[in-house]
Amino acid sequence: MDLYEYQAKDAFARHGVPTQSGEVVHTPAAAKAAAENIGGLVVVKAQVKTGGRGKAGGVKLAKDPQEAYDRAHDILGLDIKGHIVHQVLINPAADIAEEYYVSFLLDRANRTFLAMASKEGGMEIEQLAVERPEALAKVPVDALVGVDRAKAEEIVDAAGFDDSVREGVINVLIKLWDVFVKEDATLVEVNPLVKTPTGEVVALDGKVSLDDNAGFRHPEHEALVDFTETDPLELRAKEKDLNYVKLSGSVGVIGNGAGLVMSTLDVVAYAGEEFGGQKPANFLDIGGGASAEIMADGLEIILSDAEVKAVLVNVFGGITACDAVANGIVQALELLTAKGEAATLPLVVRLDGNNADLGRQILLDAANPLVELVDTMDGAARRVAELAAQGA
Amino acid sequence: MAIFLTEDSKILVQGITGSEGTKHTIRMLGSHANIVAGVTPGKGGQTVTAEGRDIPVFGSCSDAVAATGADVSVVFVPPRFAKAAVVEAVDAGIPLVVVITEGIPVHDTASFYQYAADSGTTRIVGPNCPGLISPGKSNAGIIPGTITKAGRIGLVSKSGTLTYQMMYELRDLGFSSAVGIGGDPVIGTTHIDCLAAFEADPETDAIVMIGEIGGDAEERAAAYISEHVTKPVVGYVAGFTAPEGKTMGHAGAIVSGSSGTAQAKKEALEAVGVKVGKTPSETARLMREIITGTQA
Repeated sequence: MDLYEYQAKDAFARHGVPTQSGEVVHTPAAAKAAAENIGGLVVVKAQVKTGGRGKAGGVKLAKDPQEAYDRAHDILGLDIKGHIVHQVLINPAADIAEEYYVSFLLDRANRTFLAMASKEGGMEIEQLAVERPEALAKVPVDALVGVDRAKAEEIVDAAGFDDSVREGVINVLIKLWDVFVKEDATLVEVNPLVKTPTGEVVALDGKVSLDDNAGFRHPEHEALVDFTETDPLELRAKEKDLNYVKLSGSVGVIGNGAGLVMSTLDVVAYAGEEFGGQKPANFLDIGGGASAEIMADGLEIILSDAEVKAVLVNVFGGITACDAVANGIVQALELLTAKGEAATLPLVVRLDGNNADLGRQILLDAANPLVELVDTMDGAARRVAELAAQGA
Repeated sequence: MAIFLTEDSKILVQGITGSEGTKHTIRMLGSHANIVAGVTPGKGGQTVTAEGRDIPVFGSCSDAVAATGADVSVVFVPPRFAKAAVVEAVDAGIPLVVVITEGIPVHDTASFYQYAADSGTTRIVGPNCPGLISPGKSNAGIIPGTITKAGRIGLVSKSGTLTYQMMYELRDLGFSSAVGIGGDPVIGTTHIDCLAAFEADPETDAIVMIGEIGGDAEERAAAYISEHVTKPVVGYVAGFTAPEGKTMGHAGAIVSGSSGTAQAKKEALEAVGVKVGKTPSETARLMREIITGTQA
């Protein structure tokens, strides 16, 4: 889960990283009140989980509360790379002498952590890495040792920070590492980290990504989830513990195993090219169990997606037995009928592997006119794309 | 021979008394695994009876190793206890630790991976993986033993179900070993480790490599293949239709910005002469052509 800037700065503050306090508001009037509280020059910052806010007009200075009102009015509702701005952060405008960059992240390739630091902050770091790689220091961090004073010194020296900010940046790095570890983050980034005219080193922006797998030891992270940003179908799926991602196509997909489902989406998209560009409507991995309840929950979500015109169930029975999956499908359709939400869309089913013949027989015996069996994954994808095209 | 896991492997199961641990102990025993011990803290002295065998349960890995000589551990413990379990297995000097558990925080995985690397004695497979099978010889994990038979194809895959799918499509030809390396961002054994082992294995003639979106492991594997692998390699990559910034089931399966895309991985593999199938079935067909071609 990515955090908003204000949430990242809250996390910084909790762990002692020098940052600014500000107020998050949802209306121009509240922005005006916040500017009055803060006093003096303020900056109004769009809170969206994407980069490039400044270029998109999402960050503006305001010299007085009325200007804060006007700028908030401009920014709220902006579409920044597909993200609508629903809230703005009001911060005191900082005097900036210099801008730097620091971050900790997961280094997948080397299976360890990486510190990155540069004296040249403020710009997009991807751009800096390409244009002036020598200006971006990269220092591996041993997961078992972490960032102690010696490691922080190594990072600061590698980036060539001046003596005037050396202690300040070391302090930020050590505290920022605390954020990284104690919050179970996969990324903490400060861009820009600034030096003020009085020589203080302060985090003026913040980006934090949290590890969803670590939720069990961070019940407090639940409160950081922004449900207004989540697709309503994804929200319902999450409530039912389903691994579902909404896409924008006409073919609903249910499968078992993340890899097989990803592959099914691809195969449906290839097959769909022949039928007017039919595309998968979703990712849904029902995992190993595939009980009637899980199947019914999954079907219910997919069938309530108005874009869906046909559904593909693609299961390879590895640990799961296909007869259990077939029973799950039959019972799920009965469950939906009993709930008054009877399925009306065609359902193409491909079962292979463990007890596949038994599973197919169960579906044949049930003789539901909506259900059609196809032997191969490629064939099933073709058929469901064809049906989706007919239904469109 | 086979890679990493042979008929001589002596397996212990960490978390054997849990429901998943017990279930898969029975399944592994049904597919030639020599399971010699189980470990559950606090339950030392108990016995788990499976497939007509009484498997002794020990309170710690070191006790289990001392008593049985176990040299492979399969870990089924829940995410919050996984790090301690792997550290314990490393401390017991077990050379191969297969971590099946899904949902381990990546800080924990990075720690136990580093711990194992520092030990110099332990290879980790996983986490969030189906484990590995050397058909007809042994089975360490949850890959069904009935899908395929022994043969001369090596398989390495990030995905469990795509592993099963591929084993099934090529079941008449059979596999020397199939390794599910897992879909997490940090994993103990990579595509490259498996490619190197298959290249060195006299019982493997050709290799299927299955990847998916996220990270650059496939690109690095491509570079490795061009330098070090002489055996034919066929590839498959899942996730061409995955949107940017969304995690697709596996914690590591995410396209970030322009990196980690399926297209980039496919191109990197094709650039070094690896044939990449558009679908799992086409991939299987490409491999079949290679194997039947060499046999002809």
